[in-house]
Amino acid sequence: MRSSSVLYDAPGPRARRQNVLLTVLFLVALAAVVWWVVQSLADKNQLEWVKWRPFFTDSRAWSTFLLPGLKNTLIAASLAMVIALPLGALFGIARLSDHWWVRGAAGTVVEFFRAIPVLILMLFANEAYAKYTSVSSDSRPLYAVVTGLVLYNGSVLAEIVRAGILSLPQGQSDAAKAIGMRKNQVMRYVLLPQSVTAMMPAIVSQLVVIVKDTALGGALLGFSELLASVRPMSANYGANTIASFAIVAAVYVVLNLTLTSFASWLEVRLRRGKKSTGAVVTAGAVEDLATPGEHVGRDDLGGASGTAGT
Amino acid sequence: MFDFLDRYDVLGAFWVTVQLTFYSAIGSLIWGTVLAAMRVSPVPLMRGFGTAYVNVVRNIPLTVIIVFTSLGLFQTLGVTLGAGNFKTIDFRLAVLGLIAYTSAFVCEAIRSGINTVPLGQSEAARAIGLRFPQVLMLIVLPQAFRSVVGPLANVLIALTKNTTVASAIGVAEAAALMREMIENEAQLILISAVFAFGFICLTLPTGLFLGWVSRKVSVKR
Repeated sequence: MRSSSVLYDAPGPRARRQNVLLTVLFLVALAAVVWWVVQSLADKNQLEWVKWRPFFTDSRAWSTFLLPGLKNTLIAASLAMVIALPLGALFGIARLSDHWWVRGAAGTVVEFFRAIPVLILMLFANEAYAKYTSVSSDSRPLYAVVTGLVLYNGSVLAEIVRAGILSLPQGQSDAAKAIGMRKNQVMRYVLLPQSVTAMMPAIVSQLVVIVKDTALGGALLGFSELLASVRPMSANYGANTIASFAIVAAVYVVLNLTLTSFASWLEVRLRRGKKSTGAVVTAGAVEDLATPGEHVGRDDLGGASGTAGT
Repeated sequence: MFDFLDRYDVLGAFWVTVQLTFYSAIGSLIWGTVLAAMRVSPVPLMRGFGTAYVNVVRNIPLTVIIVFTSLGLFQTLGVTLGAGNFKTIDFRLAVLGLIAYTSAFVCEAIRSGINTVPLGQSEAARAIGLRFPQVLMLIVLPQAFRSVVGPLANVLIALTKNTTVASAIGVAEAAALMREMIENEAQLILISAVFAFGFICLTLPTGLFLGWVSRKVSVKR
């Protein structure tokens, strides 16, 4: 019995009987749904072993389709991350500037790119590269995907950086000013190094959003990433659409769950850490800052909801 | 300068975006609440199902889910959701995919709201003899909903932006029209600005309004 539950006591005999009854009812309902799904899959011959076999016995399914797709997904995601991080840091710090025009300009840019769907940014980038640059049409989808991801996630990372710096106790910068540090010394030597550890969990969580968003390039820009490998696989292995989707989805789930659990492991570690201030920025804290056009004070940091990226 | 806009139904495309958002929001609010109730219920099997659903669905890209509804559900399994023509089928499939995905986030938002209700409240409720469904329906959920208006607003804004993914299966919403327009017309910057402006018009007032509502209704503790 978890002690965290607000809603019910440790069950007595009657509650236990009821729970068993509910379990059975739910099991029956679940089994009915599963049976219906399996039946409709079987009706369309999607459960035949022939359609699933390539992924388990034939290494070529992985080496020809899945792994190259995964590689492209990871390349796009890591490129976007590496470019967006410094940009985000720059804009996040600029939003905290003492000069109203720096603050205002950075804020406008950040809020603008956060209010627009990442797909719109990708479509724009794709066409802009075609029109104004000499990027070859082979590499254009990658460029477009990365550009879209950088513009969108750069502004989200800016918010993470801002939340990270705001999460530090006010005393930190007071003390630094008291020993005579100047504005940018306070930022460089006191605030940034500490907030980097505080925002690590949120940054890792943002990677999940980036990984997921690369799939847009596969569906709409002809970028040959993981999702795009479904069609050729289905064509090669006898219309095994369901099996292909199941494997691709499973790869995404494993990859992202690894990232998510790494982020929460990091968070637990940082919260336990004695050396830091104990301030941790999670994805949830940033989402609370996320209402476009609204400026939230430091009292509103915290809370926990998932990031609802694409 | 804007004369080429007359040849395209921009408002119509944004109207489809609004409709996608509307139906998906209602659907995911219902299914997300059910999932949240499962995740906090005393029955371990339901808790397990809720947890598994949220963790799996949250980690699959929305694009994969939406493309699957078309290639997998419709073309392979023949699921039409009771629609007659392709246009309606695509629309309903997109709504189904958006609901399946968004409810995982709605569920997490509501669950975090349930955690904000002080323990003493439900202890008091149980002390006067209320049972789990009553504690949930009468005491905890009403307060939880009031404290999660902010997080739910963020989910709604994300959903509005996510409806653009429906263009991957041919739903004629804003992003699909933008794709068509930048292919046929020369004014790339102008067209993009129009669509960016459209989305800002959809998300900014929603955020401001729901932010105001959330401050208005939140339980002061």
